Amino acid sequence: MPFFEPGDDPGSSFPELLRRLGMGPDRSTAGAVDVPHATTCVALRYADGVVMAGDRRATSGNLISHRSMEKVVQADRYSGVAIAGAAGPAMEMIRLFQLQLEHYEKVEGTTLSLEGKANQLSMMVRGNLPAAMQGMVVVPLFAGWDQRREVGRLFAYDVTGGRYEEREYIATGSGSLHAGTVIKVGFRTGMSRDEAIDLAVRSIWEAADADSATGGPDVLRGIYPIVATVTADGWTPVDDDELAPKFETIASELRAR
Amino acid sequence: MSQPFYVAPEQVMKDRADYARKGIARGRALVAIRYADGIAIVAENPSETLRKVSEIYDRIAFAGVGKYNEFDQLRVAGIRAADLKGFQYSRDDVDARSLANQYAQILGNIFTHEMKPLEVEILVAEVGIEPAGDQMFHILYDGTVMDQRDVAVLGGDADAISERLRDSFEPDLDLAAAVRLGVAALAGPDRELPNTELEVAALERRNGRRCFRRVADVEIPQILS
Repeated sequence: MPFFEPGDDPGSSFPELLRRLGMGPDRSTAGAVDVPHATTCVALRYADGVVMAGDRRATSGNLISHRSMEKVVQADRYSGVAIAGAAGPAMEMIRLFQLQLEHYEKVEGTTLSLEGKANQLSMMVRGNLPAAMQGMVVVPLFAGWDQRREVGRLFAYDVTGGRYEEREYIATGSGSLHAGTVIKVGFRTGMSRDEAIDLAVRSIWEAADADSATGGPDVLRGIYPIVATVTADGWTPVDDDELAPKFETIASELRAR
Repeated sequence: MSQPFYVAPEQVMKDRADYARKGIARGRALVAIRYADGIAIVAENPSETLRKVSEIYDRIAFAGVGKYNEFDQLRVAGIRAADLKGFQYSRDDVDARSLANQYAQILGNIFTHEMKPLEVEILVAEVGIEPAGDQMFHILYDGTVMDQRDVAVLGGDADAISERLRDSFEPDLDLAAAVRLGVAALAGPDRELPNTELEVAALERRNGRRCFRRVADVEIPQILS
């Protein structure tokens, strides 16, 4: 059981605890490696909060390495994180981030503010910079419900840990140009839940249509993009049963053209 | 050169135990009671912000009586140990028994080797997926571990409280009944505990991944009525 002197205590930070125990990230690798990459994720604001969505594909060069990856995940009760980039470090970062939010909550007896969570993630992305220089870039999106201000908020990041709050929408990954454009054109302030989910779903569809690294709905295997909302009621995933007809609508519109 | 007086080891241990027991007896007690869908923990605690009962992990809770700064340090160490183990291996590998053993080692070591023993008693409780998997470990200031089945009582006046609890405990209570039982046992026949001096929490078997739930102050009157 880890014990520390009062002046040497890692406090409520789990990553710092790992470093103190010599279990921090390994910085000794040199040279570039080829690893699977995860791709397109988006998040946008609507009347009751935010919608997050992401495709399920991971690729290694031209090959599809996974078809059912979950890159949009719940971070804690009132926030979610979506990650594009090198799949291994990205998943590890998500795991550590989720754990850090819970660790803080248990040690301190209170949750971090949404801004605090966003800054925490920023530090983790910055910590990954040496790995990013070797091609293992990880670029997350963070979205959640700010309980103090009672609004949904969106945060985008760059490789250096730069944190940018956006008012309307954010997109990351190889298909982000297409997905972002779809949302940019269709965005209106104060959309309903249904309209916001429709727009998110359409943005993933268009990204998958134009970017080979982004996966669309896989009807054959029953794998659909992950869509979730974060509102005053917390994180709520949107069921595949609700998503399937939405993709079907888009497909039938295209057939009718 | 002056030599320290010889004191028999028996005397040293006895003095330390008396010291720790006195410190613990000064504080207020808490009880943990198994009910049909989990474990309820009821503590007598006049503070609204300094907690005696808290969450360690998905299915594990911690409760402490005695000196606040000492059991709080143990609480944080427990959260760290549990989160580390879950991170290194899997969330399924974190269990109360292993935590209780680690706590016992620390308390035992401090009791024998340090000048001052910790003036605390702690409880590590785990709610199983099935009722048969419920576990409660009561750990004393000297590292003694007691494995308890249905009820556990920590703190001053523990003997009288456990007697009252044992008389009225029944298996398969609901949460409200378990809390009422706990409050009655803590209060005893001659006194009434105001709601503001109660801290109530539960490990609920079917509360999703994180079973620990603090019963909010506004809910307590409802449960007790």
